[in-house]
Amino acid sequence: MKKTWTKIKQWPLFLPVLSLIIVMAVNIIHDAATGANPLSFFLISLRDTTTSGTILYGRIIDIINRGSEVAILAIGMTLVVSASAGTDISVGSVMSLCASFMCMMLAGYGVSSTTTLAVPLVVGLLCAVVMGLVCGAFNGTLVAHLHIQPMVATLILYSAARAIGLLLCNDLIVYVRNPSFAFIGAFAGPIPTPIIITAICIIVVSLVLKKTALGMYIQSVGINARASRIAGLNSKLLIFLAYLLCGLFSAIAGIVASSRITSADSNNIGLYLEMDAILSVALGGNSLGGGKFNLAGSIIGAYTIQAITTTLYALGVSSIQAPVFKAIIVIIIVVIEAPPFKAFVGRLSASRAAAKGVRA
Amino acid sequence: MEENVVLTARGISMSFPGVKALDDVDLTLRKGEIHALMGENGAGKSTLIKCLTGINDFESGEIHIEGIDGPVKNHSTRDAQNVGISTVYQEVNLCPNLSVAENLFIGREPLTKIHTIDRKSYNKRSQKIMDELGISVDVTQNLENYSLAIQQMVAIARAVDMDCKVLILDEPTSSLDDEEVEKLFTLMRGLREKGVSILFVTHFLEQVYAVCDRITVLRNGTFVGEYPIAELPRVKLVAAMMGKDLDDLAEIKKEQKDFSKEPLEINAKGLSHAGTVKPFDLEIHKGEVVGIGGLLGSGRSELARCIYGADKAQTGTLEVAGEQVKVNQPIDAMNKGMGMLPDDRKAEGIIADLSVRENIILALQAKRGMFRQLSRAQQEEIADRYIDLVQIKTASKETLIKQLSGGNQQKVILARWLATDPDFLILDEPTRGIDIGTKSEIQKLIVKLAGEGKSVLFISSEIEEMLRTCNRMVIMRDGQKVGELDHELSQESVMKAIAGGES
Repeated sequence: MKKTWTKIKQWPLFLPVLSLIIVMAVNIIHDAATGANPLSFFLISLRDTTTSGTILYGRIIDIINRGSEVAILAIGMTLVVSASAGTDISVGSVMSLCASFMCMMLAGYGVSSTTTLAVPLVVGLLCAVVMGLVCGAFNGTLVAHLHIQPMVATLILYSAARAIGLLLCNDLIVYVRNPSFAFIGAFAGPIPTPIIITAICIIVVSLVLKKTALGMYIQSVGINARASRIAGLNSKLLIFLAYLLCGLFSAIAGIVASSRITSADSNNIGLYLEMDAILSVALGGNSLGGGKFNLAGSIIGAYTIQAITTTLYALGVSSIQAPVFKAIIVIIIVVIEAPPFKAFVGRLSASRAAAKGVRA
Repeated sequence: MEENVVLTARGISMSFPGVKALDDVDLTLRKGEIHALMGENGAGKSTLIKCLTGINDFESGEIHIEGIDGPVKNHSTRDAQNVGISTVYQEVNLCPNLSVAENLFIGREPLTKIHTIDRKSYNKRSQKIMDELGISVDVTQNLENYSLAIQQMVAIARAVDMDCKVLILDEPTSSLDDEEVEKLFTLMRGLREKGVSILFVTHFLEQVYAVCDRITVLRNGTFVGEYPIAELPRVKLVAAMMGKDLDDLAEIKKEQKDFSKEPLEINAKGLSHAGTVKPFDLEIHKGEVVGIGGLLGSGRSELARCIYGADKAQTGTLEVAGEQVKVNQPIDAMNKGMGMLPDDRKAEGIIADLSVRENIILALQAKRGMFRQLSRAQQEEIADRYIDLVQIKTASKETLIKQLSGGNQQKVILARWLATDPDFLILDEPTRGIDIGTKSEIQKLIVKLAGEGKSVLFISSEIEEMLRTCNRMVIMRDGQKVGELDHELSQESVMKAIAGGES
């Protein structure tokens, strides 16, 4: 019994999963206290709607759906943190820029609202992806080749990208009210499409990490770039690649976010999501100092953040005050995961065990 | 407690995941003695020190300190300082951009009445401290203006001034030259007169016999014995450390033959790197071991780095096995069958947070490319084979390399290169900071590799080591290749050439 417990505690995902469970527990207690079905948090039902037909409905579906953007961003952010020991704070703005560029292409320059697409949807999506890659390449070049601090290098696009997006859209909020475009942010059959897109991203990246040596390369460079170079790795290229992929995932997240609201709202798409993405990586038990990473942890972290937000709304906290409570919960989780705290708990339980021994 | 005893540690045991690092170890320090703590890499010296200074929590055993009732257990270096134990490490842990005086009093600055820092009095006090210890420095100068030896002495002065009864010196001499070492010894002897007990950890046997009074020997985490220096001559000390007699080195026999008939493996013409090495020519034949002699900073590492592409050569041409090649970065050199073990193991060798297995396969995987990943089974097979071949002492192949002792880390890096099956291997200070047993293993390995037809470029600060293994020596001075010695290799001829006498 004790052995299995130690084993569970050593599992790298133990703390991320534990925090997620705690958030779920709060829901259960709240539901029970208010007299609702204690398990209503987990209930999934089919519901008929006039707009989307029969869809899956439930709080958990909502969390996984709404958490898609952060989960997608967290993939890229994990790689960037691991390879460069820095964070890409431009992801939210890049999301917005990619969305603006895509909607501008789909609607045509200067058009503020359209129902018919000016170019095929695929072209629009490709434009968003290319824009994401360009932004990623820009960040990657600054960090990998010019050795600029990641925070400073990505600060440039953090502040500039939204403005560039507005320029592209002629200062308008461009609405693309076209069903084929709206599909990306809506439902594929009963399942929300963003969930499917996120799942595909996660599966593809996991496969790449499993089937190629990319994961080990990136970790190796993140731990010791000089030694990795001597051992034959192209450290600069790998750091560049991490930022490039981060740009790609920002674009995908941007497409999803934009399709949800069938528009490109430069000032609001992806707002503050860079912080959530960084937080996901940290909640996942990854060191922001770079090196070893755990992708599954980051993704659980992303959904934990969304679960906290949804829970707060369920508890009746207003959206203006929600950040305060979110901050408190995050502090608790981060403290639990901090090594000095773990050591403290370890000492505490050791001394308690010793005291027991004396009594016996 | 016995008369005159300052510190006793009895029955100290401690384990890391999978390894028993210390098993029932004793240590006794008497007032005013210099006590050597000896053992091979991985014997548990550092672990024991960390138990004394509160960095490690030991599991069983007791530490007693003079004047304190009951066992002492430190939880931080601060606790340790409070009970009179101070440590000075190999790397100086001071602030180079602060003045000597500021470094001496950092964290405990003398204050004026209104609680501002009393600069005048602390400069004066600092000067007095340094004068008493016979260290001539201007305490208002920044620390970085002084040599490493002086910096180390400032660290010691700081420790001594904090009322320490026990001063632990962990490999303080490894980056000092002979003159600086002598200065440090004078300081240590002075402190001994003042009644400070010094625990001295070093790899240099001659230094132990130069200053120490007693020796405690550890082996594989166990206590071998404590001896007065007079009762333990050098040969016996080595035997105690290794657990066997040392005639190993005598067995190393390099191949004596004329290599000029052998095909050329490396033919460098006019290679140079601005600021580090001036243009040089170098030929290395198949199966030949070539040594590079020269003082630290003479450009011997830089010459090797230039060939390997670690620093890109800016002029000249390089032929590998008769084929002209362009080496822009290490991977290019690796693809031509080269490998390089760099001199700075921590900064350029190990990937600290990866496992032994991953560290071993890294270079081979890099050579294969990202998309041809070695399967887990292949990786494990390779790791097992090389752990066995070079005898790496590790709990398992999944142990993180940073948990290994220095010598074993070095063996992992060696294994990494052997796994790529190189034709030409550069070994830059492979034996630095490594115990004698491992040293002789590495030297044997070099000779064995040469016997298999591989060429080796070997750089070492220990001339003896190169004499034992090298067929030819290249001499470097001030970034320039000044000559080659291929016959009559002897300590004297090499030293003369390095010093730049008549040769």
